[in-house]
Amino acid sequence: MRFSIYRYNPETDKKPYMQDYDLDSEANSCYMVLDALLAIKNTMDDTLTLRRSCREGVCGSDGMNINGKNGLACTTHLSSLKEPIIIRPLPGLPVIRDLVVDMTQFYQQYEKIKPYLQNSEPVPAKERLQSPAERAKLDGLYECILCACCTSSCPSFWWNPDKFVGPAGLLQAYRFIADSRDTEKSERLADLADPFSLFRCRGIMNCVDVCPKGLNPTKAINEIKELMLEEAV
Amino acid sequence: MVKSVLGVNHQGLTDWLIQRVSAVIMMLYSVGLFAYLIMHPGLDYAEWHALFSSKCMKLATLLFILSLLFHSWIGMWTVFTDYIKSFLLRLVLQVFLLLSLIVFFFAALWILWGV
Repeated sequence: MRFSIYRYNPETDKKPYMQDYDLDSEANSCYMVLDALLAIKNTMDDTLTLRRSCREGVCGSDGMNINGKNGLACTTHLSSLKEPIIIRPLPGLPVIRDLVVDMTQFYQQYEKIKPYLQNSEPVPAKERLQSPAERAKLDGLYECILCACCTSSCPSFWWNPDKFVGPAGLLQAYRFIADSRDTEKSERLADLADPFSLFRCRGIMNCVDVCPKGLNPTKAINEIKELMLEEAV
Repeated sequence: MVKSVLGVNHQGLTDWLIQRVSAVIMMLYSVGLFAYLIMHPGLDYAEWHALFSSKCMKLATLLFILSLLFHSWIGMWTVFTDYIKSFLLRLVLQVFLLLSLIVFFFAALWILWGV
């Protein structure tokens, strides 16, 4: 199988370039893109740099652009791809080296939405209870692994990474807005009412298209807009 | 302190709402005008003049124009802040757009009330 991989080492390269590798994926028992990348790294070129950890779609480390679409290398089947398989780092984020990107802006936006439960009521003796229906509201929200596939596929984030929270951050914002145990719903909504944080979303749904966990940030974003409207009128 | 959506910078919500309401107004007006044109195949100047002589039509058209101007201001402001990274160029473009929209508004008033 032919792979064309984005290479860039800022210490030695003037600019990025694409490097081709021909790998016998069957002989190396590669099923997923990550298997192939590790086989290339281990047998052909140990300078190839990438992030990976759990190799089963849970940690979200190996988000990258595979044949033009963001996804996790560990959950993307080689058999589903056309050759040559073109691998690039996640778009819109600064490249540190090869397929490793600087996620600082992504995490800063995540931090902005205060991704933790806030509750001003007295702490109960045991725990804050939730009905099964209240808990069900968090399904489709809490599963996010912060791989940044969605946010780095979003043009609104490319143009305003310092101001637009991005789909991953907004999905998490709604995860806490929708949580019955959180008492800061109004504050959370107010923090997103400016023209950039939430409303830069133009609903093109790239995020939904690429999410490796099958989540729907656009739906969460629209729920936030509706709640905000209810709060305002 | 409880923050309200309308207590802080809520320009995003306002813009978003204006964008949707103005779109609905423009759609209703356009569909209405289109229906009128279909129902009056051999439309002549006298009929067209009579249509725009009524106060209702003038107000409806004014409402349409206002919607169009607000809609384009918000839309273009969004495009500018997305794609024009130079502050000076963005400022010049925004001032130019704003002045154009104001001129369009008065031109529309002049035409409508000249009928």
